[in-house]
Amino acid sequence: MTEFLTSTGAVAAFPEITLALSALALLMAGVFLKRTAYDLVNGLAILALAGVAVMVFLADTRATAFNGAFLADEFARVMKLLALLGAAVALILSTSYMKAHKLNHFEYPVLVLLATTGMMLMISANDLVSVYLGLELQSLALYVIAAFDRDNAKSSEAGLKYFVLGALSSGMLLYGASMIYGFTGTTSFPGIAAALANGEASLGLIFGLVFLIAGFAFKVSAVPFHMWTPDVYEGAPTPVTAFFAAAPKIAAMALFTRAMVAPFPSMTAEWQQIIVFISIASMALGSFAAIGQTNIKRLLAYSSIGNVGFALVGLAAGGEEGVKGVVLYMAIYLLTTLGSFACVLAMRNASGQQLEDVKDLAGLARSNKLLAFVFAMLMFSLAGIPPLAGFFAKYFVFMAAVKSGLWALAVIGVVTSVVGAFYYLRIVKVIYFDEPAAPFIPAAPEVKWVIALSGVFTLGFVLFPGPLLALAQAAARSLF
Amino acid sequence: MLEMLLTVGFIALQSVVLLVSLLILIAFLLLADRKVWAAVQMRRGPNVVGPYGLLQSFADLLKFVLKEAIIPDGANKGVFIIAPLVTCVLALAGWAVIPVSEGWAIADINVGILYLFAISSLGVYGVIMGGWASNSKYPFLSALRSAAQMVSYEVSIGFVIVTVLLCVGSLNLTDIVMAQESRGLANLLGVPWFTMLNWYFLPLLPMFVIFFISALAETNRPPFDLVEAESELVAGFMVEYSATPYLLFMLGEYVAIVTMCAMTTILFLGGWLPPADMVPFTWVPGIVWFLIKLCFVFFMFAMVKAIVPRYRYDQLMRLGWKVFLPISLFWVALTAGVLTAFGWAP
Amino acid sequence: MIAGLFFYLFAAVAVASAVMVITARNPVHSVLFLILTFFNAAGIFILLGAEFLAMILVVVYVGAVAVLFLFVVMMLDVDFVELRQGMLNYLPVGATVGFIVLFELVLVIGTWTLSPEALQAAAAPVATGLTNTEALGQILYTKYIFFFQIAGLILLVAMIGAIVLTLRHKQGVKRQNIADQNARSPATAIEIIKVKPGQGI
Repeated sequence: MTEFLTSTGAVAAFPEITLALSALALLMAGVFLKRTAYDLVNGLAILALAGVAVMVFLADTRATAFNGAFLADEFARVMKLLALLGAAVALILSTSYMKAHKLNHFEYPVLVLLATTGMMLMISANDLVSVYLGLELQSLALYVIAAFDRDNAKSSEAGLKYFVLGALSSGMLLYGASMIYGFTGTTSFPGIAAALANGEASLGLIFGLVFLIAGFAFKVSAVPFHMWTPDVYEGAPTPVTAFFAAAPKIAAMALFTRAMVAPFPSMTAEWQQIIVFISIASMALGSFAAIGQTNIKRLLAYSSIGNVGFALVGLAAGGEEGVKGVVLYMAIYLLTTLGSFACVLAMRNASGQQLEDVKDLAGLARSNKLLAFVFAMLMFSLAGIPPLAGFFAKYFVFMAAVKSGLWALAVIGVVTSVVGAFYYLRIVKVIYFDEPAAPFIPAAPEVKWVIALSGVFTLGFVLFPGPLLALAQAAARSLF
Repeated sequence: MLEMLLTVGFIALQSVVLLVSLLILIAFLLLADRKVWAAVQMRRGPNVVGPYGLLQSFADLLKFVLKEAIIPDGANKGVFIIAPLVTCVLALAGWAVIPVSEGWAIADINVGILYLFAISSLGVYGVIMGGWASNSKYPFLSALRSAAQMVSYEVSIGFVIVTVLLCVGSLNLTDIVMAQESRGLANLLGVPWFTMLNWYFLPLLPMFVIFFISALAETNRPPFDLVEAESELVAGFMVEYSATPYLLFMLGEYVAIVTMCAMTTILFLGGWLPPADMVPFTWVPGIVWFLIKLCFVFFMFAMVKAIVPRYRYDQLMRLGWKVFLPISLFWVALTAGVLTAFGWAP
Repeated sequence: MIAGLFFYLFAAVAVASAVMVITARNPVHSVLFLILTFFNAAGIFILLGAEFLAMILVVVYVGAVAVLFLFVVMMLDVDFVELRQGMLNYLPVGATVGFIVLFELVLVIGTWTLSPEALQAAAAPVATGLTNTEALGQILYTKYIFFFQIAGLILLVAMIGAIVLTLRHKQGVKRQNIADQNARSPATAIEIIKVKPGQGI
């Protein structure tokens, strides 16, 4: 046993193994406890995520396992911590919602744990095969929880759309990966980098790269592969949407970054121009399409498309500076977006029904001052208004773009964020200046906590930016 | 060139000899089946054609062949005719790899047991195609039933085979038999001459039982003959069949049963090996032992048919998925654990 | 020579039946041709010396997957003629995508730069003195154990998903409890009453 662990280097993957095993244990517990299991399994799942986060935090970095298919470095550590945080918060947020909507089946936390395992494997992937397997593990669990409210037509539709389009994108990714394998003779990232180090990249390889990027762009929901996002975000149960907008985005973005930077350093010019294009397209579409939205979940879906565009600006810039921007952007985006969805979860009318329309927020400032304030702050932050956290996120990616000479990209980014500010500010206007609609009933305690902490982070980041900046810096350095 | 032709010709000759003797054997096993059934019900069974009715099967054969084959108007002609052929050919194809004595196999391939498993799992196609092509309700229901039933029981058969393979360390059928010759319980108990104890039916008794019952289900034998349950589905997928196509279905079914008996013999009863390594037993040629064991397993098949009442369909599914699957899965893990723990793994 | 002959036989039948899969009017015929294609693919595997893969192909794809596939096609009674009504509308788009992929494949083959030796070096060395079943097992459970385990987790997720999304516990349905039934003894199941003649119960 110990021989096996040392010979394969499985010690480096200990957090992932622990998470997978705890998911299996909780599955068994749930099956045998039946109806009463949800509370217990949910609580233990959150504990497991926290425990694994501690393990990730303490783990040795710069270790490879399983013949180099798995890589644990500083970048992976930071991104895994973010993904675990996103998953844990999503589980916390869902507790009372799931009960109120009679969705409290123990499978939900188990599926979230398995999806998180997939995300951690994606983040640590150092081989095209582990990329694909990690991605599939994550996606398959996500398709199921998107359709978790199976008696609701919208939720089923969301699951089905996500599944069909996701399968298509996986196919493209595999096609690209097989082409890359065909032209380099290896699937491991260092091996591909070595094979490409000397000599011109062939046309077939570029095609493979394009297909690979198309697959990744779908997973991070970047334009032109974003079509599923609004429908899925709208249809899925709200805590599930919060989860979708948080953890999988982190993992997919981490995977995207590593899969560009690690194996293809000699083809930077080729992938950079594609990333620049999808970045611009995402920012533009995210900003313009969100203007007409009346459903807050759809609006946040377009917002997340736009945010991915901004994060991709960092990746397009490349280099240590750019990756640092990506990490920082995703961290801040994660915390802000979780807060925003917590606010959406707090929108319940007197009969306990969940409200989703922007106009339901009207005059919130008069009935619930604190919620209105935090919601407004989160919207300001997403719009990138100083001195809130969102401003710094944008600042660092644009600076990276400027430093690497991508002036046009930075300018377009600024312009689209101004356009985007319009619809964020519209929500603030509805909250503060419109005629009051019916007041909301008080939110569940865990939702309140998430809203409060997210608000504190958004406001307080400017005072203590040091630790997060240092983490992002260290993460970026380890990739080069 | 000539040498090659000779080889091919020799293989063809072997196949013909095997097929003919197999078919004759089946003619008598069919009679035995009916006789056993009759005896249990205190009837006489067929006793008119030939002495003690011994030629009954040949009379049946003649009758089926000479009658007109009727193809229903609404049937899908091509599939309707292919279905019985598929059943029969697949069942016979299994015998290409079965060693009836040491070295007496037409093709002694490396993955023999997998080949047999594959062939037996394909038997369902004849039923599905026949049921669908008949374009009639009862056959169609029967086809659906059989598809679900055979897929369910294949799973546990697969796990049973895996436990045996763990003990043998090879997928070759000859190796599986030879592994039961010298290693096993008899040596552990200090009676190496009593080779019968080496056979896997004793150490893997639960697996033997599961395999036997699953084999009944896989071949649609009573008490699992829901596919052709006469009280519910008339004659199941064979309702619309007559004359030679019907004969081919029946023949294929019985060949499949005998194949399963042969598999049981090879996997659990030591194939052609004598029950004890002593003088009177070792004088008897291996093929005789093989046939004796095969007939014994067939006798058990026949007795089950005569004695056990038919299962209900949901009970059948429950047995496959909720009883056999967990038990066989557990035994795979247990066997693997024991073999590793004691260093017995080959 | 025989091997060559059989290769052409298997390959020709495989291609022909693959064509039939998409051109057959009756969906059940399509599935049956698909099965024939699998069979011939298995035959080609055997000619390559990969007998384990060939058998697994037959057991898994023909013995299980295609059976369920056939099951569904037969149950649904899909009218493919009706489905094809809109085909002409989508033909231009489909043809464009098809041509792009074809063009790419031509490009890929045209620009093939990797020497075959490099691919050989990347592949796992063929172990001598092993049957290919053993060789496959040894590499699958050592070098590729990581991938193997994740694949297992993916299948588990698929199973959980299928159960979560489809299993319904209906209220008020009487279910059999086999254990309870078997545990009944004559003492609990029947009551013996002595009936006096002429009185009835």
